Amino acid sequence: MALNLIRKLVVSSLFCVTAVTASAETFVFTAIPDEDETKLVERFRGVADYLSEQLDVEVRYIPVKSYAAAVSAFRNNQVQLAWFGGLSGVQARRLVEGSEAIAQGVEDEAFETYFIANTNTGIKPAGELSDLESQLKGKTFTFGSKGSTSGRLMPEFYVRDTFDSKPEDFFSRVGFSGNHTRTLRLVEAGTYDVGALNFQVWEKELGDGNIDTDAVQVIWKTPAYPDYQWTIRGDVDERFGEGFKKRVTEALLNLDNPELLESFPRSGFIPASNDDYEPIRKTAEEIGILD
Amino acid sequence: MLSSPTVRTSLIFLAIALVGLLFADIAITASNPWRDLGNFFLGIVTPNFFSSEGLMTALLRTVAFAFVGVALGGIAGFLLALVYRSLPVRMFCAFVRAIHELFWALIFLQFFGFHPLTGVLAIAIPYAGIFAKVYSEILEEADPEPGRALPPGTGVISAFLYTRIPDCWVKMRTYTAYRLECGLRSSAILGFVGLPTLGFYLEASFSQGLYSDAGAMLILFYILIATMPLWVRPKLLPVYILGAPFFLGEGLPIVWGNVQRFFTEDIVPAPLRNGEGLAGLTPWLNDLMINEAMPGIWNTIVLTQIALVATGIISLLAFPLISNHFGGPIRRNAGHVALVIARSTPEYILAYILLQLWGPSMLPAVVALALHNGGIIGHLIGRQTSSIKLRPDAPSGLNRYGWELVPRVYRSFLAFLFYRWEIIMRETAILGILGIYTLGFYVDSAIQNIRFDRAMVLILVTALLNIGVDTLGRYIRRKLALQTMPTC
Repeated sequence: MALNLIRKLVVSSLFCVTAVTASAETFVFTAIPDEDETKLVERFRGVADYLSEQLDVEVRYIPVKSYAAAVSAFRNNQVQLAWFGGLSGVQARRLVEGSEAIAQGVEDEAFETYFIANTNTGIKPAGELSDLESQLKGKTFTFGSKGSTSGRLMPEFYVRDTFDSKPEDFFSRVGFSGNHTRTLRLVEAGTYDVGALNFQVWEKELGDGNIDTDAVQVIWKTPAYPDYQWTIRGDVDERFGEGFKKRVTEALLNLDNPELLESFPRSGFIPASNDDYEPIRKTAEEIGILD
Repeated sequence: MLSSPTVRTSLIFLAIALVGLLFADIAITASNPWRDLGNFFLGIVTPNFFSSEGLMTALLRTVAFAFVGVALGGIAGFLLALVYRSLPVRMFCAFVRAIHELFWALIFLQFFGFHPLTGVLAIAIPYAGIFAKVYSEILEEADPEPGRALPPGTGVISAFLYTRIPDCWVKMRTYTAYRLECGLRSSAILGFVGLPTLGFYLEASFSQGLYSDAGAMLILFYILIATMPLWVRPKLLPVYILGAPFFLGEGLPIVWGNVQRFFTEDIVPAPLRNGEGLAGLTPWLNDLMINEAMPGIWNTIVLTQIALVATGIISLLAFPLISNHFGGPIRRNAGHVALVIARSTPEYILAYILLQLWGPSMLPAVVALALHNGGIIGHLIGRQTSSIKLRPDAPSGLNRYGWELVPRVYRSFLAFLFYRWEIIMRETAILGILGIYTLGFYVDSAIQNIRFDRAMVLILVTALLNIGVDTLGRYIRRKLALQTMPTC
C-alpha cells in the first residue's frame, strides 16, 4: 500500500513537470458542468482524443466548477471551444464577437425539461402545468444550476408564465442543486418534493436502471426548445491556421463513435447557427437573467 | 450577577440570537438525514486512498498555494506594518482583509482565469491585510527600552533591526507559523471554485456521494495539518518557499487584455456602461439594494448572531475535553483529537458536508460555524484552564466547572468570541455560495449571470458590513477591557 502511494506520488510529481512543457498552441475546450464530474471527465477526454486525432493539434479538456466559469474561460480566450447549454451559449456569444454555434446534438433541436416529483407527495402526472397548480403550491422545489437552460431558465419561465408568480413565492422553498444528476438524487431522496431537469439525463439514468421509479416520477414535460451546442471563438483561424473552424465543425459533425455519442447522450451532431438560439435569448431577457 | 458587565453583555447577545432564531430558516429538509450521515461516517472509516490519480497532485498543490500565498502575504504585510500608523494604510488593510479569500478568487478568476496567480493572490491579498495589523500590534508592544540605550545618531533602520526586531521575532514567527495553517485551509477551499487544490476533488466526490473517496481526502488533510510541526522546520522553510512556485501547476496562460476589460468595462455599472448616465444609476442601485443587498445583509446578520452564540456554547462545552482538571489522559487525548478535527476542517467544507446531508437551510451553516469556531476557542480556553492551580480541597465535577473554572476563564473566553465575531460574519457571507441566502448567494448569482458590476457592489457591501462588525467587536472588547491574541 505504501509503495503504491509512493508510486502515485512520483507519477503525479512527474506529471506536474511534464505539464509545464505543453506548448502554447494547444487547442483547449471546456463544457458546462451539468452532470457528475466523473462522467464529464470521461466523456470529454474521449472527445479531446478524437479531436486531437482529427485536427492534428494537441487538444485539452479543462473541467470547470460552474456554468459561469465555462463562459468566462471562453470569453477570456483561455478555451476556444465549449459545449454550452442554450443559455450559457447565448451569454458567451454575446460577450465574444465573432463566436459561432457550429454544431448541436440531434436531440437539441427539440429539447425538453421534465418536472419530477417524489412519489410521497402524491402528485399525479398531468398534460398541462396549470392542472398541477393546487398540488404544486407550497411544495419544496429545486432547480439545477443557476445558469442552466433546462434546469433553470425554462422551468422558471413556465412556472412564472403558468402560475403568474416568482418560483420563490409559489413554492415554499427553492434551491439550486448544482446539476441535473443532483436534482434527480435530491428529489428521489425526498430532500425536495419537486425538481426540474434535463430530459436526456432522466432518460439515460432510467435506461441504465439508476432510478428508483417507486420513489420519483415525471409529472410534466415542457414544450420543446433548442438547447446544447458547440460554440467556437471567431479568432481560431488566425491562431490555428486557415480553415481551422471548418475542420473542427466537420470533425464534430462526423463524430460517429457510438460509445462517445452514448456518453452525451446524443445520437449524433448536426449543424447549428446562432439564430437557432433566439428563443432562448428572448426567454432569458423576459425573466431578467439577461439584460 | 446581573451587575457584572460581562454577564450583561452575554445575556444581550443571547437574547439577540434567540430573537434571530424566530426569523431564521432552521430545518432539516432531507427525508433521511441520519442514513446519509451514517453513510458519510462509514465512508470516513473505509477511506479509499486510490480513488483519483489527481489526489496526490491536489495535495501538493494545496501546500504549494498555501506557501506562496502566505509568504507573499507575509512580506507585503510586514512592509505595510511599518507604515501602519498612516490612516489610509490602515483603511486599505481593513478593506482587503474584510473580503474573504473565496471572493478574491472569484474576482481574479474573471480576468486571470485558471492561472496560478488567481489562487496565490486570493490568499496573499487578504492575508497581507491581516499580517499588517497583527505585525504592527506586535511591533507596537516591543519594549522601547533598548532603543533608548542606543547612541545618538544611530540610523532608523539599524535601530529598527537591532532593537525592535529581536524583541518581536519570536511572536512574529509563532504567528506566521499559525497563519500558515490557516493558509492550508484557505488553499484547500479554493478548489471549490475550480482551482486545482484539494477542494476540487472533495467537491466532486461529495456531490456524487463517493463518501469513501471524500473520507480519504479529509483524512489526508488532517494528517497534513497535524504533522505540520514535523515537516515545517525553520531550516526547510527556504526550500519550501523557493520550491513551492514550481508546484502550482501551469494552469492556463493569462490574456492581459482581459484584465483591462474587467476594470474598464465589466465592473462599470450597467447604466453607466450603456450611456444612461447618472440618471440610470439610481434605479439600478435601488433595485440591487432592495432585492439583493438588503435580504442578503439581513440573512447574514441573523445567521452570524445565531452562529456566534452557538460558537460560545460549543466552546464552553468543549473546553473540559482537553482541560487537565477533568478526566484521565486517555479521555483528554480523545478530546484533543476531536478538537483538532473540529478546528482543522474549514467551516466551508463542514457546511458543505452538512448541507449535502441535511438539505438546505441555515442549520448546517450554524452547526458548521459553531463546530469549527467552538473547536478553536475551546482549545485555547482548555489550554488556559490547564495552567490554573486549584486548591487541593477544590470541588470536583460540575461544581468545579461552574464555580471554579468558567468564572476564571470567562473574560478571555468572551475576548476570543468577540475577536472571532468578524471572522464568523466573513464566513457566513461566503457560505451563501453553497445556497444559503446570505450575501454570498447574491454575489454568486450575479457572477453566474455574468453581471460583475452587481457582484462588485455586493462584495463591497459585504466588506463594509465586516468592517462595521469588526469595529463594534473592538469597541465591546475595549469597553469590557478584554484582551486577546489573534486567531484565524
